[in-house]
Amino acid sequence: MALRTEELLLNVGPQHPSTHGVFRIVVKIDGEIIKEATPVMGYLHRGTEKLAENLNYTQIIPYTDRMDYVSAMTNNYVLVSAVEKLMQLEVPERAEFLRVIVMELQRIASHLLWWGTYLLDIGAMSPFLFAFRDREIIIELFNELCGARLTYFYMRVGGVKWDAPDGWIQKVRDFVPYMRERLKLYDDLVSGNEIFLARIKGVGRYDAQTAIDYGLSGANLRCTGVKRDLRKDQPYSVYDRFEFDVPTRTEGDCYARYLLRIEEIKQSLRILEQAVEMFPEGPVMAKVPRVLRPPEGEVYSRVESPRGEIGCYVVSKGKDSPYRLKFRRPSFVNLQILPKLLVGESITNLITILGATDIVVGEVDA
Amino acid sequence: MTEHKDQEQLQEQQAAASGEAPAAKDTTKPEAAAQGEASAEQPAEKGSAAEAKPAEAPEGGTGAAGRNEGPASSGVKAETSGRQAASGEAPASDGEKPKRLDPAEREARRAAALAARAAAQAAGEAPAGDGEKPKRLDPAEREARRAAALAAKAAAKAAAGGGDEGEGAEPAPKEPSPNQPLLDKIVALIRDQVAPDAVEDQYINEVDSHLPVVVVKNEHWLKTAKLLKQSLKLDYLINLSGVDYETYMEVVYHIESFQTGEKYCLKVRTDRDAPSIASVTPVWSTANWPEREVYDLLGIQFPGHPDLRRILLPDDWAGHPLRKDYEPLDPEV
Repeated sequence: MALRTEELLLNVGPQHPSTHGVFRIVVKIDGEIIKEATPVMGYLHRGTEKLAENLNYTQIIPYTDRMDYVSAMTNNYVLVSAVEKLMQLEVPERAEFLRVIVMELQRIASHLLWWGTYLLDIGAMSPFLFAFRDREIIIELFNELCGARLTYFYMRVGGVKWDAPDGWIQKVRDFVPYMRERLKLYDDLVSGNEIFLARIKGVGRYDAQTAIDYGLSGANLRCTGVKRDLRKDQPYSVYDRFEFDVPTRTEGDCYARYLLRIEEIKQSLRILEQAVEMFPEGPVMAKVPRVLRPPEGEVYSRVESPRGEIGCYVVSKGKDSPYRLKFRRPSFVNLQILPKLLVGESITNLITILGATDIVVGEVDA
Repeated sequence: MTEHKDQEQLQEQQAAASGEAPAAKDTTKPEAAAQGEASAEQPAEKGSAAEAKPAEAPEGGTGAAGRNEGPASSGVKAETSGRQAASGEAPASDGEKPKRLDPAEREARRAAALAARAAAQAAGEAPAGDGEKPKRLDPAEREARRAAALAAKAAAKAAAGGGDEGEGAEPAPKEPSPNQPLLDKIVALIRDQVAPDAVEDQYINEVDSHLPVVVVKNEHWLKTAKLLKQSLKLDYLINLSGVDYETYMEVVYHIESFQTGEKYCLKVRTDRDAPSIASVTPVWSTANWPEREVYDLLGIQFPGHPDLRRILLPDDWAGHPLRKDYEPLDPEV
């Protein structure tokens, strides 16, 4: 005789350790199987886009820090690059190199944080401590560069605020081989672990067509075999000068996403290595007017953030604050597929799938 | 030096942003008074805890008075007094904060406040000196100003033979944009397959890497979207944003094809009073949440959407914040 079960509504969150923020999901379960999942968000909505309409462009930059607060540098960049596009500004080379270096360091830091917390979510404690120790080195580098550990407010329209202090580039150079060694350790520790594999292999699978239809980006898209990386496909800043690969996998499951992020750290290290070698002399700020008034027009700028494509749509009416500013937040878009993936999964896989999507709720809610 | 100033401004802005201050900042005299009135009226309306509130209400009143004096003194002073007023008001409204107004009541209050403001403006009490706040101008006046500015610009351009906009406009008149064939292709396709008059406008956005932009008529949008996905293989909806242009609303779709690498920007305009655009969720699944977001923040309806609810704001929120006429009168803000 079959086990008699009945449907049950289960509320997960808004405060739940696996959501890394305040995100709620209401699931209807039958036994342990999810029948329906409804995400509820907005708990971290601060109205960034509304606030921006009353701020001038420089003042908006710190708000972007707070959207995706584990990847503030790429957020800074997407806004300043949009305004630079509108104003057709030429940014000094040294500034662009500094931007690339901090963005790649940021990618590593973000992936490390994801790696540690994801494993923590699915039951492994010590990787979290490893990851945070190494991430701390990057945070310290940023701290030395711009005086903040998380919300940097580092980039400006036309360049960056601070030049690299003496010896900073050398520290970045030293970090690369160190991190490579550590990555080997990480791989040994986790990537082949049987319990870990049993937990995430084949879970949360989707194909390329679904991924494109749902507008996924970043590792969530590349895990289905679609070779998409804006740094390669539509190079911005000085990314066209570096040699690096765009890793893809075809399984489309959580394990593929895991492996991709590890691989992306390696590619970022490659870029860093080249960037510090080619690091040019010169100014770090272009000549920009005191008050930024981009000419009337509109622009959509897109950047490959650690989570996927972050975009910024600016409509300017020639004033010192934007008429409309819209952010395409990768976490928000990537999360959309979650209800579809969860149907028919066991409740324990909710955390596995949600975690592998790599969201930051500050960005989901903006 | 500039950095210091930046930071100072920033702090000020953030401080202003955290309280009721966005309202306080661009509030003109009559509105401040109206707000004072509103907060004074609330306890009476609620009819609860009579002692504390009347004592607080005058504070709101003085706050408004302080703001009234503001414009006369220097800008900094006005700013600080505005902030004081806001902070003085905050505890008051905290105390009398009706925990959960039902949406209808809130909407009614908002409407009442709006009407009060409109009346005050009509009576000509509005100070003439707030020209730097275009938000407050009525559409007709704004339209007139814009037309004047445009005419002046055109004249200047004609006189200077290019003038200051020379760089931006350069590629357009001289040589066709590299993406002109793309634009011609998509326009021809839409005209041919959907309707001869389906395209409202078309141009190349030079500053945005020569992105072809097509404005499609509202009633033909869903058919066009389906066609684009099928014929041009535009399978990836990059971004969906809504903009309130005060005379009309617009939804902007940035679309890309993974198969051909082509990128387009499509726009659909809608009436501002009853904004509605066909949902493209059946065409691109990714449109679901962004459309909900646009509905939430701008109030545009998307017929055909499977589940059009607010997504970022609470369900009982009144108004749509990104509309240019939005008044943040909610006591909880």
